[in-house]
Amino acid sequence: MAETPESSERSEQAGKTVARRPGGRAARTKRADEGAPPQVEPARPAEPPAVAAQGRLAVRKTYKLYVGGAFPRSESGRSYPVTDPQGGLLANAALASRKDARDAVVAARRAFGGWSGRTAYNRGQVLYRVAEMLEGRLGQFADEVAAADAVPRERAEALVAAAIDRWVWYAGWTDKIASVAGGANPVAGPYFNLSTPEPTGVVAVFAPPEAPLLGLVSVLAPVIATGNTAVVVASERAPLPAVTLAEVLATSDLPGGVVNLLTGRLAELAPPLAAHADVNALDLTGAGALAAELEEAAAGTLKRVLRPAEGRTDWTAEPGTERLTAFLETKTVWHPIGV
Amino acid sequence: MPDTISPPGLTASNASLRAYLHGLPGVDEVGAAQRAAGLATRSIKTTAKAQAIDLAIRMVDLTTLEGADTPGKVRALAAKAVHPDPADPSVPRVAAVCVYSDRVAIAVEALRGSGVAVASVATAFPAGRAPLEAKLADTRQAVADGAAEIDMVIDRGAFLSGDYLKVYEEITAVKEACGDAHLKVILETGELVTYDNVRRASWLAMHAGADFIKTSTGKVSPAATLPVVLVMLEAVRDFRAATGRRIGVKPAGGIRTTKDAVRNLVLVNEVAGADWLDPAYFRIGASSLLNDLLMQRTKLATGVYGGPDYYTLD
Repeated sequence: MAETPESSERSEQAGKTVARRPGGRAARTKRADEGAPPQVEPARPAEPPAVAAQGRLAVRKTYKLYVGGAFPRSESGRSYPVTDPQGGLLANAALASRKDARDAVVAARRAFGGWSGRTAYNRGQVLYRVAEMLEGRLGQFADEVAAADAVPRERAEALVAAAIDRWVWYAGWTDKIASVAGGANPVAGPYFNLSTPEPTGVVAVFAPPEAPLLGLVSVLAPVIATGNTAVVVASERAPLPAVTLAEVLATSDLPGGVVNLLTGRLAELAPPLAAHADVNALDLTGAGALAAELEEAAAGTLKRVLRPAEGRTDWTAEPGTERLTAFLETKTVWHPIGV
Repeated sequence: MPDTISPPGLTASNASLRAYLHGLPGVDEVGAAQRAAGLATRSIKTTAKAQAIDLAIRMVDLTTLEGADTPGKVRALAAKAVHPDPADPSVPRVAAVCVYSDRVAIAVEALRGSGVAVASVATAFPAGRAPLEAKLADTRQAVADGAAEIDMVIDRGAFLSGDYLKVYEEITAVKEACGDAHLKVILETGELVTYDNVRRASWLAMHAGADFIKTSTGKVSPAATLPVVLVMLEAVRDFRAATGRRIGVKPAGGIRTTKDAVRNLVLVNEVAGADWLDPAYFRIGASSLLNDLLMQRTKLATGVYGGPDYYTLD
């Protein structure tokens, strides 16, 4: 039953042609249903074999998208094989399309009012809750990171622990960043002059390809901590930990739509997001060679853009507040003192 | 379906009218819902979509029916009706602006010479609970102020209690008060409960002299659902076959996206026929729909998804 990448590519093409035909829905759904789960056979280290030995059929996971609090398959019905660095098949992930990106932006926009309107303290509580849920799934994340990066289990555990700590670190910043990035300004006149940072809006985040969990957490947490909502394109090479993170987010009081996760080809998803008029900012950290082109597309609607750092980023180092302040707008209020 | 222009003695008494309306074939509810749902799956893309969007824009009755309507808001709406997208002169203008009767004069002033009609709701919109004299005075005032189209509501209380003759006579009286103005009769299908009632109310209104039959006021939910529009389109189709008169249909309320609008157009084409794909015979009552149509239009032209920040608030 294991499909080679080539054969999957072919059926993906078939899926596309079917999708264009008006009557193609039935055929498409069928394909998607049989397409995703059964191809997990080869690798997956510390998972089902033990259970299978007891004469049970393994219950395998279908890796789907996370949009508006739900886990849909790609609208296009496509999926793509995710492999470990040695080329062994890990699972199939949904191959999101331009329209999935559009739907994700709609969901993020809808969630923005509620999420940005929460008190910073409450956002911090919700994010801390996410960390609690992450902690409970540490083993599962360690397995997935170990498989995706072909690193020893202990190293993977350390990376997952670092990701959880990073999440807690940003959770703590939610109600403190306003004092750091804003405050009272001394002005020459009878006014109180106060600056407060406000979230930018919907942020499209391109997660770094090299660190599937720690890198993703490091770019995602600061965006939502300050009250933005996010459309995240997960690492194309290793999207599985990201999908599992979405499951954590879905079960930890984070309102649906605050984080929307897409898996698929960066080259297909990034350009429409960069040009989308309802996206307010781009985090190009994982955009790689596309970064310049995307920044150009973003100029059409004056988006705020965070450029990728030069050279290789050490994701384990303490990040500082740059990523928090990157997606904040400063509102300044002049108020007469009334003398 | 009846095959005479107006059956003799139709309105001789409430009993004869009742016998006629209850003699209309019943609507297959499940069938209507399935047919509407089936047609809603049609995929309209690229050039066909571009055409549908432009047609839908030309069919929009741009509506503002709030207690808080200021003269300024009516003028702003009028400006938007003439140039829906100020950045793109190729966007066609909408069919009409629909306002309350006391705002007609302002709208007429703002739209003079633009080719956009002014429609006015009248007859104690949206409830319709007022004495006939008040309804007629409301109508006459709106027509005198220059409204080219009058949207009246039927007396649902009378209709539901079986007093069809009262509803009929009210429509004919308002029609008379309209003079040259077009009369759209709002059935408020959300309050009529069954599709059978929708069919009966449609025929009643058409016999009484309506130029358009309109689904809803927009103040009651559910409003313009696809099966209801389907039933009404069947009614106008059959009415033309029976009498030779062509009546228009106007769904209003709940149509907010381009997808909804295009689904309605598909329904028109498949049920009533392509003859009805014309702003003179099919209108869409809406306010927020127009922005979505403009966004989709820009998306087709530029390939870039639009955002509401770039369109007017309304």
